[in-house]
Amino acid sequence: MMIEAKGLTRRFGDFAAVDGITFSVGEGEVFGFLGANGAGKTTAMRMLIGLLAPTSGEATVAGFDVYRQQDGIKRSIGYMSQRFSLYDDLTVRENIRLYGGIYGLTDAQIRDRTAALLARLELEHAAGERVQRLPLGWKQKLAFAVALLHEPAIVFLDEPTGGVDPVTRRQFWEMIYEAAHRGTTVLVTTHYMDEAEYCDRVSIMVAGRIAALGTPAELKARFHAASMDEVFVRLARPSDSADPDASADTSTDASGGTSTGASADASINTSADPSTDAPGSASTGTATASGDDDAGAGDGG
Amino acid sequence: MSVFLAFLRKEFAHILRDRRTLLIVLALPLMQVLLFGYAIRNEVTDVRLVVVDSHPDAVTLDIRNRLGGTGLFHIVAVEPTEARLDRLFRTGKAQVAVIFQPGFGDLLSRGQVPQVQVITDAAEPNTGSRMQAYVTQVIQAWQMERQDAARAFRIHPAVQMRFNPTLKSVNLFVPGLIALVLTLISALMTAVSLTREKETGTMEILLVSPLRPWQIISGKVLPYLVLGWASAISTLVAARVVFRVPMRGSVPLFLAESLLYVLVSLGLGVLISSRTTSQRAATMGALVGLMMPTQLLSGFVFPLESMPAWLRPATNLVPARWFVVIARGIMLKGVGITYLWRETLVLALMAAVLLVLAIRTFRVRLE
Repeated sequence: MMIEAKGLTRRFGDFAAVDGITFSVGEGEVFGFLGANGAGKTTAMRMLIGLLAPTSGEATVAGFDVYRQQDGIKRSIGYMSQRFSLYDDLTVRENIRLYGGIYGLTDAQIRDRTAALLARLELEHAAGERVQRLPLGWKQKLAFAVALLHEPAIVFLDEPTGGVDPVTRRQFWEMIYEAAHRGTTVLVTTHYMDEAEYCDRVSIMVAGRIAALGTPAELKARFHAASMDEVFVRLARPSDSADPDASADTSTDASGGTSTGASADASINTSADPSTDAPGSASTGTATASGDDDAGAGDGG
Repeated sequence: MSVFLAFLRKEFAHILRDRRTLLIVLALPLMQVLLFGYAIRNEVTDVRLVVVDSHPDAVTLDIRNRLGGTGLFHIVAVEPTEARLDRLFRTGKAQVAVIFQPGFGDLLSRGQVPQVQVITDAAEPNTGSRMQAYVTQVIQAWQMERQDAARAFRIHPAVQMRFNPTLKSVNLFVPGLIALVLTLISALMTAVSLTREKETGTMEILLVSPLRPWQIISGKVLPYLVLGWASAISTLVAARVVFRVPMRGSVPLFLAESLLYVLVSLGLGVLISSRTTSQRAATMGALVGLMMPTQLLSGFVFPLESMPAWLRPATNLVPARWFVVIARGIMLKGVGITYLWRETLVLALMAAVLLVLAIRTFRVRLE
């Protein structure tokens, strides 16, 4: 197992942002962390990568303990944060060299991998450009490629496709699959429900707990839903999740139309089709702004 | 090591790429020296003096020569009466008037005490009192010599302005200026550059990477140490070239003490950055929390002795206060470490405490 968590908990005062989650992720798996803003998915990820100390529970990442073997974890993972993770005032090439350098790659490795990376992204022409001049979609793809530069065993992606156009999102997921195919384990948080369908397995977090975990097909079958979107809406609305079958029809209506009946979770993008992404982009903007306050937002919800 | 170098290279790239900030940092010392040296000087030179001498004799001529010969005064007119005096003051042609009592020399030779009246334009009170002091000094000096010649024995207070005989204010400002420039560059720029990484989110990436906290801190701090030091040296050079401010002590000692002070400032910068999340807040914190005390409470502009008693202990917490004593000691008095060890020790303790605290708070953010 590449990631194992047992009863992992993080409290901020009285509030449990992550409340005893247990799950495991196998090698080469694409594991989706789904949930509304403030459901605790970013907090959970931050504990696994060593940015936040767990309050209780156990977890290992790539076989290293999150409490005692942080250095081992750091060497084994790549991370792409919610916010943009490259330096705007450095060129594409300089950014790549920097990350290669701080992960201890040799000059020859950096040179070879830079060339390969630029070729794969078709960014050779922009290698000398400052990153700030690139369109957002390119930046995100570049950030992902840079997070994989040192060939980590696991890569953590925190809402990597926020604010990105549908075509680029599709390309992004192709890159994720490629990485998984090469054996990299991928843990990705998202609130785009269509993206949940791309994951091998997903866990849906509600108020700090894992409300459901399984393959997209399993979850849809369990909740008698046609899409992950429906599964999510049922889980994320407490009144519905208490009695999933009774409310099935109403929520189908809500997600089928443009009704904002599911506005209790206003920032959830309920569009199943990436092409109807316009309102989703707007809501992602909010998500990014408040994303840092994952815990605080969850307090309200 | 190459990991650290990769990080350091990026830090220098940031600085070199931000041309505007770089220009400010490099031009700042020169600007400050020129501003403080020319605009904010305390001393008065080339005072326009009017002499009223109705019956010139050997004695009054002697005193007049003395006044003219100091280089401080420039005798613009010698008047027979006080009639035009008022007009001369009003038009600003005169700043000081020295009025000899008629028959000055005669009275003196008969053993009486003749009167000299000194009138100054006190529209600017400081300038006025200084001019008055100058005139009095010149006349007193003259009197002393006369008494010596007459073998009259009388104790007279002899005031001597040591180390800064001409009371050149630029000599006093430059050590304080260096403290100011070092604070600005080391503390402010470090705080801003660290909070920028927090603001943009790149700090998370660094914290997740195998870089260790001390590597991140020293990588962020080292470029500003170099920059701060370079600015200290350019301030010194500018002060020397433009105003001939002396450097009487050891240059290596001075550079070592500057380095110590830079370390203190860097520690403060890191601490400020750990308490703030935006560049704007960091800037405000550094300006209000560091620049103001450095300017006001370090003895740089306002003497510590003239501060109210309750405020004086607070100045002990201002690192610049100790650095200013050290810098003045080395530059103006030419003293060595044997006279400055106490101030040096205070700075060293401050540096140690602040750096430990800085690395500690930085680590806390990891958790």
